[in-house]
Amino acid sequence: MRICFFKRTAFLGLGFILLAFGQLSYAAAKIENWQTSQGSRVYYVHTEGLPMVDIQVVFNAGSANDGQQFGLAALTAGLLDAGAGKWNADELAQRFESVGAQFGISSSIDLATLTLRTLTEKPLFDKALETAQVILTQPTFKEADFKREKNRTLAGIKQQEESPGALASIAFYKALYVNHPYAHSESGDAKTVSAFKVADVKSFYKKYYVAANAIVVIVGDVSKEQAEQTAEKLLSGLPLGKKPESLPDVTMPLADGQQHIEFPSSQTHVLVGLPGSYRKDPDYFNLYVGNHILGGSGLVSKLFDEVREKRGLAYSASSSFMPLSKQGPFLISLQTRNDQTTQALQVLNQTLADFISKGPSDAELIAAKKNITGGFALRFDTNKKLANYVAMIGFYDMPLDYLDTFEQKVEAVTVASITEAFKRRVNPQLLQTITVGKSAEKIVQ
Amino acid sequence: MNNRLLCTVLMCLPVLTTQAETKVFEHTLKNGLKVLVKEDHRSPIAISQVWYKVGSSYEPGGITGISHMLEHMMFKGTDKHAAGEFSRIIAENGGEENAFTGQDYTAYFQTMEASRLAVSFELEADRMRHLHLLADELKKELQVVTEERRMRTDDNPQAKMNEQFMAVVYSNSPYKHPVIGWPADIANYTVEDLQAWYQRWYAPNNATLVVVGDVQSNAVFDLAEKYFAELQPSDIKPLKPQTEIEQLGVRKMTVKVPAKLPSVVLGYKVPSLKTATDENEAYALEVLAGVLDGGSGARLSTHLVRGKQIAVSAGAGYGLTSRLSNLFELEATPAEGKTVADLEVALKGEIKKLQEELVSNDELQRIKAQVLATDIYQKDSGFYQAMEIGTLETAGLGWQKAEEYVSKVNQVTAEQVREVAKKYLVDDHLSIAYLEPQAINTTTEKKGAK
Repeated sequence: MRICFFKRTAFLGLGFILLAFGQLSYAAAKIENWQTSQGSRVYYVHTEGLPMVDIQVVFNAGSANDGQQFGLAALTAGLLDAGAGKWNADELAQRFESVGAQFGISSSIDLATLTLRTLTEKPLFDKALETAQVILTQPTFKEADFKREKNRTLAGIKQQEESPGALASIAFYKALYVNHPYAHSESGDAKTVSAFKVADVKSFYKKYYVAANAIVVIVGDVSKEQAEQTAEKLLSGLPLGKKPESLPDVTMPLADGQQHIEFPSSQTHVLVGLPGSYRKDPDYFNLYVGNHILGGSGLVSKLFDEVREKRGLAYSASSSFMPLSKQGPFLISLQTRNDQTTQALQVLNQTLADFISKGPSDAELIAAKKNITGGFALRFDTNKKLANYVAMIGFYDMPLDYLDTFEQKVEAVTVASITEAFKRRVNPQLLQTITVGKSAEKIVQ
Repeated sequence: MNNRLLCTVLMCLPVLTTQAETKVFEHTLKNGLKVLVKEDHRSPIAISQVWYKVGSSYEPGGITGISHMLEHMMFKGTDKHAAGEFSRIIAENGGEENAFTGQDYTAYFQTMEASRLAVSFELEADRMRHLHLLADELKKELQVVTEERRMRTDDNPQAKMNEQFMAVVYSNSPYKHPVIGWPADIANYTVEDLQAWYQRWYAPNNATLVVVGDVQSNAVFDLAEKYFAELQPSDIKPLKPQTEIEQLGVRKMTVKVPAKLPSVVLGYKVPSLKTATDENEAYALEVLAGVLDGGSGARLSTHLVRGKQIAVSAGAGYGLTSRLSNLFELEATPAEGKTVADLEVALKGEIKKLQEELVSNDELQRIKAQVLATDIYQKDSGFYQAMEIGTLETAGLGWQKAEEYVSKVNQVTAEQVREVAKKYLVDDHLSIAYLEPQAINTTTEKKGAK
């Protein structure tokens, strides 16, 4: 029902359609943890069966560290592989490609991540690792590269303005977080990005891309000794530096709010929510399991049932908690034909209100637990998925047995504990509502 | 330095591929259902996919998108199970599930802990022959599909352009119409239309069951016999070929949609692996796509995005595994101050170079190294492996093509790449679309507290 492929570009590798999923070692992975000589934390999982390794280096250097220079973290991350050491962007990319390695750098709200997937055969691995190390420790930030990447960022920002979904998301974060560092778009806006100078990027890099602020994740078919050497080599040349100060706490909105952006689309995008949960939240499992029932479980959630299955109002309707260092958003979203917006929003709010007041039924909770625990192995059935879990555990400093105790914690929640947590944490009086589309009056005209 | 490393690549990669090789086991039931199993014991899960040989390219005018509509209706109940129960049972078993429709296939999948494979087989066997198509359910689901179309196509400038482009590129090939269907066709499906489509295509002898995961092939075959053997086969009539007529000259079009960025797409008519008279030509086109867009170090990024800096993004792609002849596409978005006309000239310049000069050995080796490595990386994902088997089998190519892929690409020479560029990337078989952005006026209104 649900995904429908449209042809666009095929990529090298295979002409087949790409949908990443997969598999790997199980029995909740054995995560080993140590520090490099400079004190950077390393997280390692040995997996067998394929001669490959996934490496991540994660920095507390996401858009929450932008200060007033919205978009600086993203542009800095994007510029690292535009020139490093004695190599330009073409040469760097070709070095990876010549050994079949896949390299990327991305940034999100809390963090910046360098990812490297490579074969373990020594000459190939060594060339990929050396290239990644140079990118990480000796980016050149040449003026010409800076200008080009800045212009590409500005084009990307423009492109967001043609997407009602992107506009809704930007407005949603702004409504939830106002002046908090989580309020602005990761790519920044045209005004802030236009004002950047190459010196801004250099100083952001110098401050945040330091050993004290780095963690390394290694998942794959390498020995512990190789992993130790890899982590040491990869970060060699990074100054020690220091950890950034922690972010200010999120303040909850004082009242509910509604905002409509008039846009010439056939659907209205509806986003409703408030600041939700954070990584070390003691309520996390109550909120997680509760939301699974409300709108997190895809084709069988309450929201999906009310909005789509019973009424055919939308193609997708879902809710989620996105835990960050501080309270990330609790978000309910759907898209519906412009003239149905009021009705869809009413169904959404009613479904949420009912859930908060009554909580889940016993049967719903049993079904949710069966789904989560029965499908536990699916969460990390590939090296890639496992590496992402380990990076999350490392970055947010979660217990190493996080995966081992996950099912127990899910089993421990009750109807009462979910209901109580939702009542406390999702106050309908504070919900922020964003709509982007053609309003009813405009449709009549 | 470079040469030494390239030799290293070629020496050690083939060894790695053999080491990681896994085998596909095949068994066909008496009723024609083909079962393909690939054992992968790294994780205690199993991916199960049922692929039907039907998709948008099978659809006649008036009911375009009906394969996709039927895909949605497949969750709406059978003799044994009420609407929605399918999804509830899978969920209670810890499963993930979904379905997808393409030009050449419709497929359904579940991923579950491996011991629960029977749950998936029982439900899939049930809905293969015993679906309930009810008017009330269709009415609601039509709305859902209409919303899906709005979200994916109508409000997305690039998707809208692509849809309009395909309608002009093809004269009579069924690749002319979108997978999701034209709006007027979607609005007018009847239960009878769906019933007829279901009866015509949903049968064991028109399906492939693919299982990848922590399973024993013989046990999977037994399980398949248990649940699917009783299903009756159908008389599947062969499809009419609908072979695209020859294009006699360049086609150009403009698409005006609310957008912020212009863009251009060029499409050359080319054979696929299935339709090529010489398979090597298809593999050469695959390598050619790699020369242009096989990563950030390939030509479009190095020449147009960096180099000349006339594009903020540029890409190329080729559909190797399509059932019918397809397009070799190039697309790009101009940098500030540049135009789609500048990009058209630059993209054609890249094509000309491929026709006149041999691709360098370095470039060729980089592509081959990536293909070899990617082949291993893809084994990290059971889902991907099942997709690969299902796609090839359903396009009529056979799953064995997956095993040949690396060596076939490896055999492609610089001369072959130049030859296919000369033979197929010609102006008379080219179509071009320009996306011309129309102003978007947005206004923001804060309503404050309710």
